[in-house]
Amino acid sequence: MITQNASEMAAAVAAGEITSEALTQAHLSRIAEVDEKVHAFLHVDAEGALAQARAVDVARAKGEKLSPLAGVPLALKDVMVQKGVPTTCGSKILEGWRPPYDATVVTKLKNAGVVILGKTNMDEFAMGSSTENSAYGPTHNPWDLTRIPGGSGGGSSASLAAFEAPLAIGTDTGGSIRQPAAVTGTVGVKPTYGGVSRYGLVAFSSSLDQAGPCARTVLDAALLHEIIGGHDIYDSTSIDAPVPPVVTAAKMRNVKGLRIGVVRELGGEGYQAGVLQRFNESVEVLRGLGAEIIEVSCPHFEYALPAYYLIAPSECSSNLARFDAMRFGLRVGDDRARSAEEVMNLTREAGFGPEVKRRIILGTYALSSGYYDAYYGSAQKVRTLIINDFNAAFAQVDVLISPTSPTTAFKIGEKADDPLAMYLNDIATIPVNLAGNCAMSIPCGLAPEDGLPVGLQIIAPAMADDRLYRVGGALEAAFNEAWGGPLMNKAPSLTGGVR
Amino acid sequence: MSEAMLDYDEVIAKYEPTLGLEVHVELNTNSKMFCGCATVFGAEPNTQVCPVCLGMPGSLPFVNERAIESTILIGLALNCEIATWCRFARKNYFYPDMPKNFQISQYDEPICFNGYLDVEVETDDGMRTFRVEIERVHMEEDTGKSLHMGGATGRIHGADYSLLDYNRAGIPLVEIVTKMVPGTEKYAPLVAKAYVAELRDILRSLGVSDVKMEQGSLRCDANVSLSPRGSGVLGTRSETKNVNSLRSVERAIRSEMQRHAARLDDGLKVVQETRHFHEDSGITTSGRSKETAEDYRYFPEPDLVPIAPDPAWVEELRATLPERPSVVRARLQKEWNIADKEMASMVNAGVLAVVMETVALGADSTKARSWWVGEIARQANERGVEVIDVGVTPADVARIVELVAMGELTDKLARQVVDGVIAGEGRPDDVVATRGLKVVSDDGALLLAIATAIASDAAAAEKVRGGNLNAAGALIGLVMKATQGQADAAKVRELLLKELGQ
Repeated sequence: MITQNASEMAAAVAAGEITSEALTQAHLSRIAEVDEKVHAFLHVDAEGALAQARAVDVARAKGEKLSPLAGVPLALKDVMVQKGVPTTCGSKILEGWRPPYDATVVTKLKNAGVVILGKTNMDEFAMGSSTENSAYGPTHNPWDLTRIPGGSGGGSSASLAAFEAPLAIGTDTGGSIRQPAAVTGTVGVKPTYGGVSRYGLVAFSSSLDQAGPCARTVLDAALLHEIIGGHDIYDSTSIDAPVPPVVTAAKMRNVKGLRIGVVRELGGEGYQAGVLQRFNESVEVLRGLGAEIIEVSCPHFEYALPAYYLIAPSECSSNLARFDAMRFGLRVGDDRARSAEEVMNLTREAGFGPEVKRRIILGTYALSSGYYDAYYGSAQKVRTLIINDFNAAFAQVDVLISPTSPTTAFKIGEKADDPLAMYLNDIATIPVNLAGNCAMSIPCGLAPEDGLPVGLQIIAPAMADDRLYRVGGALEAAFNEAWGGPLMNKAPSLTGGVR
Repeated sequence: MSEAMLDYDEVIAKYEPTLGLEVHVELNTNSKMFCGCATVFGAEPNTQVCPVCLGMPGSLPFVNERAIESTILIGLALNCEIATWCRFARKNYFYPDMPKNFQISQYDEPICFNGYLDVEVETDDGMRTFRVEIERVHMEEDTGKSLHMGGATGRIHGADYSLLDYNRAGIPLVEIVTKMVPGTEKYAPLVAKAYVAELRDILRSLGVSDVKMEQGSLRCDANVSLSPRGSGVLGTRSETKNVNSLRSVERAIRSEMQRHAARLDDGLKVVQETRHFHEDSGITTSGRSKETAEDYRYFPEPDLVPIAPDPAWVEELRATLPERPSVVRARLQKEWNIADKEMASMVNAGVLAVVMETVALGADSTKARSWWVGEIARQANERGVEVIDVGVTPADVARIVELVAMGELTDKLARQVVDGVIAGEGRPDDVVATRGLKVVSDDGALLLAIATAIASDAAAAEKVRGGNLNAAGALIGLVMKATQGQADAAKVRELLLKELGQ
């Protein structure tokens, strides 16, 4: 039953074929069985999850109307606060902290009867592309346990690929939903900036962060997107407009006449051969489905990475200033003799990992008096140029496509000492965050050379998230037909037996 | 180790001062700047807090629209231009009472800018108007409060431990910054004081703040620099904080001018630094030097969207502006038929608003003025507090004036009532009752006292009967003594003369 899609599980619960409690228990058992190997979870809230599940069962018994995903379990990235449940952001500095409030996304999930299983592993404060930067050890890719599951949301995607959860919440600042989805053979969506409330999402880079749905199918992602999306008065940057019709779009399975742009700058040099091969095949599939394929150029995308690595660290240097041992989390060296300033220093020294420190220092420097215009100011100008590139492209086409990530999952430890190589993983995903529009990664096959999943990225204009689902849904259906079932059927069982 | 000071007349003979004033005003909105928490002054520590104003991970600010409205009103009242588009910015620095370790403020895009305020100061040649130009009016959030325990100074250095109260964190603050104010000459301290007083009156008339300096809802940083007379070279300024009353504004500027001049005379440099003003000694001491000042790394606040006040809305707000205090003063001066000097003394004593309120409550304007400028001002001065903070309300004064007019109190008794109110014994009627201060108006009791007086000084009584009315004084004195001063002397006189056939 754990291999079903979330929509199937929800239907079974609604029809009384299975209780949410049994469904939740099945996933908790799976976690108990395989998470030692995968390490997708930092905290499993079995008691809380079962209580939520029973509440859904009671509501159903009373004949109450259930939401489309009621009773279905979900894994929550540990960067999202849930009242009373430990939230660490993968950092030692928040070890033991239990937030006093729910994120808006969590409130919406609870109201929809979605059962939150626990908190998933991530690169510390969402800074990384491999989940190796977690202070609590790396997550392993269920397709090959010696490989990374992507990052920063490796825990969320791995939990889907390991069938520990059918749904997950991720956050995407430069690709942290899409790149893990790509390397784990799952679906991940970065909604339009402002499409999902950031209230309760522990900020890394406020102008780039966006929470979004992760699932094994396009329709499941759409159902989840519809629940978590929408305006929130507690997030001033959230957009006051209805959620685009993503569920309808996911069910359309028709791209006839749609103009699809292939971004010339996202491909070629630096991309793994098998990734490009599967991508090019996908382009042909889309053409075969009646889409019009047009090559477009986005000349300023080459400046996206440097601009990102000025803007994101700048904002993070300020956002992470609040971790100072005063009100929550870790406190080091408070011997009643040291000053508050010394305790702050010792705590931040001990509590933050090397990548977080690197970015705080980068950002502090970039914002310094005398450097602001050259760094942060210039980066914001690049951002405008990238937005212009997208605007020009979307004047010609309805959506853009590219490989999600230049490579398939690499080995744990392979790029750990080379930050620049690590940063290049997000070369195709970062422009979307800088411009604030939306994108999806869906599996498009296994790379011939290593047998690992390859992701295809679909990009749409701001508030046209439904287009992602229309293209993703159509492509997914075509692939499933060609492959004789979902790609996930080919994933290892992790238990030695048959899944 | 107080520093050398030059005699003030000498300072003025040799140097020309330039002023600069930064005033922080806490708005009196019901909720905080970026969350829904209450803003009641004096609540139990850390009871008016939430994830947002505590800077909890994941929390986000959302703007209090009322605070924006109040800020625009302030800008309009100060003749400012109102931005059609502006943003908040983060000011980054670490301090334990600042929950996020950055303050949401405004940097290069303030909501109001380029205004002015005219203030009147009494000079040797009569009243003179000084124009103080306003650089900017911007919005920000207040910090929490630190209480440093166990140290000798109450400052963080040397304290055993500190207590933090975040109730104040996130309360809307408006910062009003003047441009440099040259040309005030020897009146610099008075101009500074008049500016803060006028600003306070304007803010009060707008109803946007409690403007209580001693509670910190209005805080002033007073900057001054000196340049050698005629040199045209601007001097180095110092910035004095902890200036908690109008009087202190004047004293702090004067003291700094004297200190700067003494240093310059001795060939020393004035250090650009923050100074702390001490109410008791009237002098300033060095705070942190600006040379080690932090780089605040301002950048646009990414959690908030830009503010673009609709010009039509701004015009609507402009139409609601109350009469300017200076216009009010001119009108009242005419209505009350008083001289410039009397009006100036009321303004200087900071009592105009309370006099107005007292009159509005029905009291005669002359009587109301005389109480506030006289007895109450004297008592406030003795206690070293502002008149409006001495504990007497306009309603109290109006009632006292009423009681006197009704003959229930004599002026002398009324002063005792004021004493009682200041001592916290309650409102005037409470004090009259508990202290038993009512005029003895019972004719029976008075006639008895008069009969006793006539009996004890028959000679005086005889003189009065004989037409020597001056002799009545001694008898009246006896009656007043017998009634412990609680009789109305005029009434006693009337009854006495009648009794003695006059």
